Amino acid sequence: MEIVMAIVVGILFMTATYLMLSKSLLRIIVGTGLLSHGAHLLILTMGRLKRGSAPLLGEKGPYTDPLPQALILTAIVISFGVTAFFLVLAYRAYKELGTDNIEKMRGNRGNE
Amino acid sequence: MNNLIILPILIPFVTAAILIFFHKKVKVQRWFSALSSIATIIAALVLVQKVHTDGIQSLNISSWDAPFGITLVSDMLSALLVLTTSIVAFVCLIYSFKSIGAEREKYYYYPVFNFLIVGVNGAFTTGDIFNLFVFFEVMLMSSYVLIVLGGTKIQLRESIKYLLVNVISSALFVITVAYLYSVVGTLNMAHISQRIAEIGQPGILSVIAVLFLIVFGLKGAIFPLYFWMPGSYYAPPAPVLALFGALLTKVGVYSITRTYTLFFYHDQGFTHELLQLLALVSIIAGVIGAIAYWDIKKVIIYNIIVAVGVILYGVSVMNIDALTGSIFYLIHDMIIKAALFLLVGIMIAITGTSNLKKISGLIKRYPGVGWTFFISALALAGIPPLSGFIGKLLIVQGGFEGSSYVGAAIVLMSSLLVLFSVMKIFINGFWGVHRAYENEDKAPVKWLLISPVILVILSALYGIGTEAILPYISQAAETLANPSMYIDAVLKE
Amino acid sequence: MRSNNNIILETTIKVVLFIIVLFSVYIFFAGHYYPGGGFIGGLMTSGAIVLLLIAYDIKTVATILPVNYRTMTGIGLLFAIGTSAGSLLFNVPFLTHAFGHIEVPVLGEISLHTATLFDLGVYLVVVGVTMTIIQTIGEDE
Repeated sequence: MEIVMAIVVGILFMTATYLMLSKSLLRIIVGTGLLSHGAHLLILTMGRLKRGSAPLLGEKGPYTDPLPQALILTAIVISFGVTAFFLVLAYRAYKELGTDNIEKMRGNRGNE
Repeated sequence: MNNLIILPILIPFVTAAILIFFHKKVKVQRWFSALSSIATIIAALVLVQKVHTDGIQSLNISSWDAPFGITLVSDMLSALLVLTTSIVAFVCLIYSFKSIGAEREKYYYYPVFNFLIVGVNGAFTTGDIFNLFVFFEVMLMSSYVLIVLGGTKIQLRESIKYLLVNVISSALFVITVAYLYSVVGTLNMAHISQRIAEIGQPGILSVIAVLFLIVFGLKGAIFPLYFWMPGSYYAPPAPVLALFGALLTKVGVYSITRTYTLFFYHDQGFTHELLQLLALVSIIAGVIGAIAYWDIKKVIIYNIIVAVGVILYGVSVMNIDALTGSIFYLIHDMIIKAALFLLVGIMIAITGTSNLKKISGLIKRYPGVGWTFFISALALAGIPPLSGFIGKLLIVQGGFEGSSYVGAAIVLMSSLLVLFSVMKIFINGFWGVHRAYENEDKAPVKWLLISPVILVILSALYGIGTEAILPYISQAAETLANPSMYIDAVLKE
Repeated sequence: MRSNNNIILETTIKVVLFIIVLFSVYIFFAGHYYPGGGFIGGLMTSGAIVLLLIAYDIKTVATILPVNYRTMTGIGLLFAIGTSAGSLLFNVPFLTHAFGHIEVPVLGEISLHTATLFDLGVYLVVVGVTMTIIQTIGEDE
């Protein structure tokens, strides 16, 4: 199961990288979203995948680690907020600058 | 158990939440945030004194015991940084009153400002690696808003770049924490350190160390990762820029310091050599930028990179002198960078441009601004008895003791070039033919000058009163040099 | 502008809206011992409001629900901070919660927990922030 997860995470990172290297702002945002999904799955995998045991220390038998899920929830909330903000910003930038092409947004020609 | 630790985080948080209700009433917001800022300073002062007399303080949030719940830990380094942050925040706040403009003030400037302080103070105080990530995000979210507030074209463009860089580095942070968690199985920083000491830092942990260096290096702007900073910091107005320059990069530097002294000190041949190399290249790259540019904002922004390099060089040497020097220099740099950015802000407010070639002869009408700038330039370069001197002296001394002669020489040389880069501003901007500028009479120079003057006086006191401050700083350095002190304070309460 | 073409949507929403809101309230309280809680409940409520926005337009929704979402965020924050800072008064670590059980005549034993108040804060903040974001994008069409 860990192998499958590793491959899934790898594919997510790969797609995210591909999307983030494109010029369109919207694709970049989708890319960052995928990147954080990959990171969340990675946490889940790194906390050992286990089924059927309670997240309680001191009970008899094996226990599941509840911490990765708490971490993922926090990370999801944060990435939700950041993505939402990014979308608003991209929309404003599109309205103001008239393009969603990163290349065309460049300004700031250095030492003038 | 000591709830005092939470106060420097809680006070700005409460303030921010309350100010959301008053976003139309600018005056209420101003005074309320000024008062709460003073309260934060007082809380931080009490905290520093408490840590000084009673040793490291820790607080297990929500009454969960140490390795299981989130712990806030205030050792001397954290407490001092929290104090400096609160002071810088207060000063920038006063400066904002007359420079930020009613538009921004009505659009939640003060609440967001306070959220930023929550994030910075939290990041300095937390003793949990994932909680550090959360406070980073609080800080970053507020910085996104502050950088884009006002919505001019250049701000929108730069904030997209800034946001993208930070979103990627946050994802990397989560990935790194995931790897670390799979190796050591805990998130409490003291506990991590203990576990790493047990298994003796195998190869995978060096990988994690380098990943952490990348994550925090992106925030702290070390050599190959500073590319986003000159552009992004160029966009926001002066008080925000001062906050960013003085605080945000320093949080990255603090995190590198913390992780490299508490977690990854077993394989110094690899990790610390790498850190040292990057720090030295940062110094060189920063100095080149600072000398090359003729834009006053850019010159100071590149000086941030130099300072980050100097501090991290001291950390990478890892002996007690160098660490003491690094902490000295870290606090000095927070104060003086804020002062310089605020002064540059005044110059821009007067002249309406940041191009040095279009500015000259300011000292005739504004001798106060000129001499304050002169003193802070000297302090930045480290001329005794001002505050930069003792820090650099100790770092260089530590470098020689650790027989890293080339590094120490580069740090020394960099001081000269830093002095040159800021004196360039002084000579070209303040001397020369007096010119008339359009907005000259509108700029509330007298009010704006209060803040940098406070900071410069602090910096001078910090330099002259070294004897009095040294016990505090060496206490901080001692904790960094002996991770067991930190571990004992957190885990054996 | 209100178009009259979406009779089906409008009629359905009048029914579905209440189901969603009720379910979100249920989820919110379920978060006490089972999966659920303020965050997911808040998202669901804002989902319901977004449905309203799709069926009607911003102005109509503003008259139906005259809520200032930014103030709502502030109130939520105050709830969350208040509950967590209350622990300072009792000199226990920050965020420590208190709980107890009471007997209510008809309903039987009910457990009370200050974490619910905290969660209420989270709920308000989530609804407030989400709706603020959506309104910011939606307003200038």
